[in-house]
Amino acid sequence: MTDRALRVLMPLLIAAVVLGLWEWAVRSYAVPDYILPGPVEIGATLWRDWASLSPSLWVTLEVTGLALLVAVVAGVALAAVFAASRWVELALFPYAVVLQVTPIVAIAPLIIVWVEDIRVALLIMAWIVAFFPILSNTTVGLNAVDHNLRDLFRLYRAGPLRTLLWLRLPAALPYFLAGLRISGGLALIGAVVAEFVAGTGGRASGLAFRILEAGYTLQIPRMFAALALICASGIAIYLALSLLSWLLLRRWHDSAVGREG
Amino acid sequence: MTYGGAAAAALLRLDHVAKRYAGGVEAVADVGFTERAGGFTALLGPSGCGKSTVLRMIAGLIAPSAGRIAWSDAAAARDIGFVFQDATLMPWATARANAALPLRLRGMDRAAAGAAADAALAAVGLAGFERSYPRALSGGMRMRVSLARAMAAAPRVLLMDEPFAALDEITRFRLNDDLLALWRARGFTTLFVTHSVFESVYLAERVLVMTPRPGRIAADIALPPHPRAPGFRTSAEYAALCREVSGALEHVMAAAP
Repeated sequence: MTDRALRVLMPLLIAAVVLGLWEWAVRSYAVPDYILPGPVEIGATLWRDWASLSPSLWVTLEVTGLALLVAVVAGVALAAVFAASRWVELALFPYAVVLQVTPIVAIAPLIIVWVEDIRVALLIMAWIVAFFPILSNTTVGLNAVDHNLRDLFRLYRAGPLRTLLWLRLPAALPYFLAGLRISGGLALIGAVVAEFVAGTGGRASGLAFRILEAGYTLQIPRMFAALALICASGIAIYLALSLLSWLLLRRWHDSAVGREG
Repeated sequence: MTYGGAAAAALLRLDHVAKRYAGGVEAVADVGFTERAGGFTALLGPSGCGKSTVLRMIAGLIAPSAGRIAWSDAAAARDIGFVFQDATLMPWATARANAALPLRLRGMDRAAAGAAADAALAAVGLAGFERSYPRALSGGMRMRVSLARAMAAAPRVLLMDEPFAALDEITRFRLNDDLLALWRARGFTTLFVTHSVFESVYLAERVLVMTPRPGRIAADIALPPHPRAPGFRTSAEYAALCREVSGALEHVMAAAP
């Protein structure tokens, strides 16, 4: 069996075994749904409640996607500024670290108070969580250019913009993509956490709010159904970004090229 | 035996050139020589003697701490090709895009630069590999792409910093011959840094032997002009010249503190 087939089949096998054991245990010990529903009941709830859960899924995905997009644009732009000016990097990078290490739940209430539009508030919170890996990785990548290649560009009198576009950005691409894969998951986490905080005010309708809502009414299978959607979204984001990374690097970077033998 | 034909005009002149790096390391001290247009000179010396530093100063990549580097023709100073010890290719670009880089950086459009790059790749024996990425090429082929890149812009001066040091002997011999063929066909001025006595004698018409750090020119040895007789590499004359250059190198090493 090929390595690629094993990569797909082994996790699926583990999932089937775990879900099977879970269902068997729930049925054998007659565990009530409000304590722990089985996978079949969760699947049935997901099917039954899809009409009400799917809009919430789109809300969460919209916040996640927009936060990731803004994180990419702002992260790459700021990394390019850092690469162009050592002084700016020295002055601003510590504040980017502060942004990263500050727990989002600690500043979320403030952001909700300051920003009137709840969607924008959610976006800002998810962005804060997703931003740093892209900034940090891209900055490292832009500075990790082969010194001889840099000398070659100087020898041929390439200006800063051309050096950035033709040399530094392509060299930083693998670093950026590694950061992007981390940030994709973090943007989803940021969006869900932000919804939890905002959801307590009853003004959001993302998946996190559906989990809270279901918890208040003891609809535990619905909680699990919403949780399953969040997990599936996270896996889908990771797979999509991994595919993007493979497509962009498959011809030249060791991380994306298979090794024979 | 002494060699040396009609004296050609000096293209490049180094006077009392020295380089001390910011960390206090004195790489070269009081280096001086002239290089004629179209010459092929090897800079030979032990590792760390400042050969590469001299080459980088000539390329304008670093500034001398003291002394003067003067060109008789200012245009030549801006028309330099450089080949590094490793191939130094952009891994994300094809062989064609790598070879076309100097031309693209000079503003040539993609199609014209690509055509010139293809011709340069063909000249170094890489026709058919234009669309290959560096990781798909062997070490020798990557170095050929590097040579093609330096050649694509038809430079008047070619600076080579131990370009074949990391290659196996068979590949190195082949690339030596390819380089000589290109040099004879195009007549660019070549400065070739190496720590191999055999390579310097085979390629160059003149060898400058440098002392250990801080490097100085300790010996200036003229070699027979090209073209040389077939089988030169196995001739008694080649062996004798290698002994002479080797002796000069041993002398500077023995005199070093």
